[in-house]
Amino acid sequence: MSPAQTSTLTPEQVRKIAHLARLGISDDQLGEYAQRLGGVLDLVAKLQDAPVGDLAPMAHPLDATQRLRADAVTETNQRKALQNVAPETEDGLYLVPKVIE
Amino acid sequence: MHKQTLAELSRALSSGAISSVALTEHFLARIQKYDPLLNSLITTTAEQALSQAKMADERRKQGKATALTGIPIVHKDLFCTQGVRTSCASKMLDNFISPYESTVTQKLADAGMVMLGKTNMDEFAMGSTSETSFYGPTKNPWDLEHVPGGSSGGSAAAVAARLAPIATGSDTGGSIRQPASLCGITGLKPTYGRISRFGMIAFASSLDQGGPMAQTAEDAALLLEGMAGFDPKDSTSADLPVPRYSDTLNHDLKGLRIGLPREFFAEGLDAGVASLIQAAVKELEKLGASVKEVTLPSTSLAVPAYYVIAPAEASSNLSRFDGVRFGYRCAQPKDLEDLYKRSRGEGFGAEVKRRIMIGTYALSAGYYDAYYLQAQKVRRLIRQDYDNAFHEVDVLIGPTTPSTGFRLGESARDPLAMYLSDIYTIGVNLAGLPAMSLPAGFINGLPVGLQLIGPHFSEAKLLNIGHQYQTVTDWHRQQPAQFA
Repeated sequence: MSPAQTSTLTPEQVRKIAHLARLGISDDQLGEYAQRLGGVLDLVAKLQDAPVGDLAPMAHPLDATQRLRADAVTETNQRKALQNVAPETEDGLYLVPKVIE
Repeated sequence: MHKQTLAELSRALSSGAISSVALTEHFLARIQKYDPLLNSLITTTAEQALSQAKMADERRKQGKATALTGIPIVHKDLFCTQGVRTSCASKMLDNFISPYESTVTQKLADAGMVMLGKTNMDEFAMGSTSETSFYGPTKNPWDLEHVPGGSSGGSAAAVAARLAPIATGSDTGGSIRQPASLCGITGLKPTYGRISRFGMIAFASSLDQGGPMAQTAEDAALLLEGMAGFDPKDSTSADLPVPRYSDTLNHDLKGLRIGLPREFFAEGLDAGVASLIQAAVKELEKLGASVKEVTLPSTSLAVPAYYVIAPAEASSNLSRFDGVRFGYRCAQPKDLEDLYKRSRGEGFGAEVKRRIMIGTYALSAGYYDAYYLQAQKVRRLIRQDYDNAFHEVDVLIGPTTPSTGFRLGESARDPLAMYLSDIYTIGVNLAGLPAMSLPAGFINGLPVGLQLIGPHFSEAKLLNIGHQYQTVTDWHRQQPAQFA
């Protein structure tokens, strides 16, 4: 599939992107987001004509690979400290709305 | 006391002329008096600062002080500080009291530095004006109608107004150098990996790098010595020794080869900025440097590549904010999806949501090759430009920004113009290079910054050039009259 040729994203496309990103966007904002995001897509459209030839994609500025560490336990249990900042916990568990009926 | 650099304050502390407690009280009083005008700080940690200052004075008595011991500092509010709110200037983290400490702030605290507070910024560091903060915009101390730049605008404004002698910042596309330029201070973005990113809230992990925001290159060198180094907690941190940057500041510049990238002096550059940069280059020639024109042909591709790569990484990094483990949670979620969507929809500001959506789109099925993979190839093209230039010259010099920046409110009307104004800074992040902005003059009372860009791990050379430039100029000594 080729990227968008013009600045237009449809409100339906914005709704889909927002869903993928799990962002609540109200219907009356879809138009504004469509326009703003379209502007950015126009800006980045220039990449399509870049003379990249057979250059390899560059994921790390120094082309470094991930360093490995010894497979050893290094962390202490900080459950309480980490759960202190959670919105809702009980018995050391994070609470969310019921998922399974 | 606030008219002195970190290096001067450090000497005054070690001679016993001042104490850290007196110094800390002085800066806390300045924050109280002046910050309501600037909004450069989100959180002030007065009590903690005074207790750290007492400890620093005690440590000095025991003969265990370093150059940084007892010096007050402010940290950009994306460095996690244990027990202190770390908000990233977002409603999402307004209630987040960090349960752990970032490596950078830990190292500086261990060196005996005194944290005065946490500075304002663009929300999640996404912006170039510090206007997208949940806590309201920061103002430029040189003109309260102008933005201080961003995203490290609070740190830049605080140092420029001398509400703190020095600050930390972070730079993903120019977020140290651009506000340093607009506020008339010295800011260094180190080589990717030079400073640990552990505990620095991630925006775009392959681009983010912390760094010093200071009055002078000498001060930046001293702080960098305290910030830099290998960290086993950051798998991308460089396992290389940290040079004594402050030892090589006085090397002479004879034989230094300076390159002026043709594309940095082309259309779009303000004529006044151009002539100040030319004047700065003349100063460096007088110090023994030679100058030639070089070319970075892919310059115009840097902003487009960045606006695919940075949002793509951000969309992944910011997925951790889910309303479950920390941060904002919406009221009365009806199910799990509603919890995610409303917590994120209500907790993030508009610019953050736009960037998450751009990144999500660029990574989505069917578009990945055309956007993300292509941008990663362009990224290599950009790095090759710099590699080629560094075969001919030792350092590149140009403006940090095309103009003296925006008036408050201006960028919201034309966000793409704001994106494009980062044209001279963004390529450096894509290539992972170190770069520095130095004060180089004023236009209508607003500061202009000179940018130095060097090869990977050439921070010592950049700081040396910056220091030599500052021995023959006094732009870095100017202070905004209103905050004298």
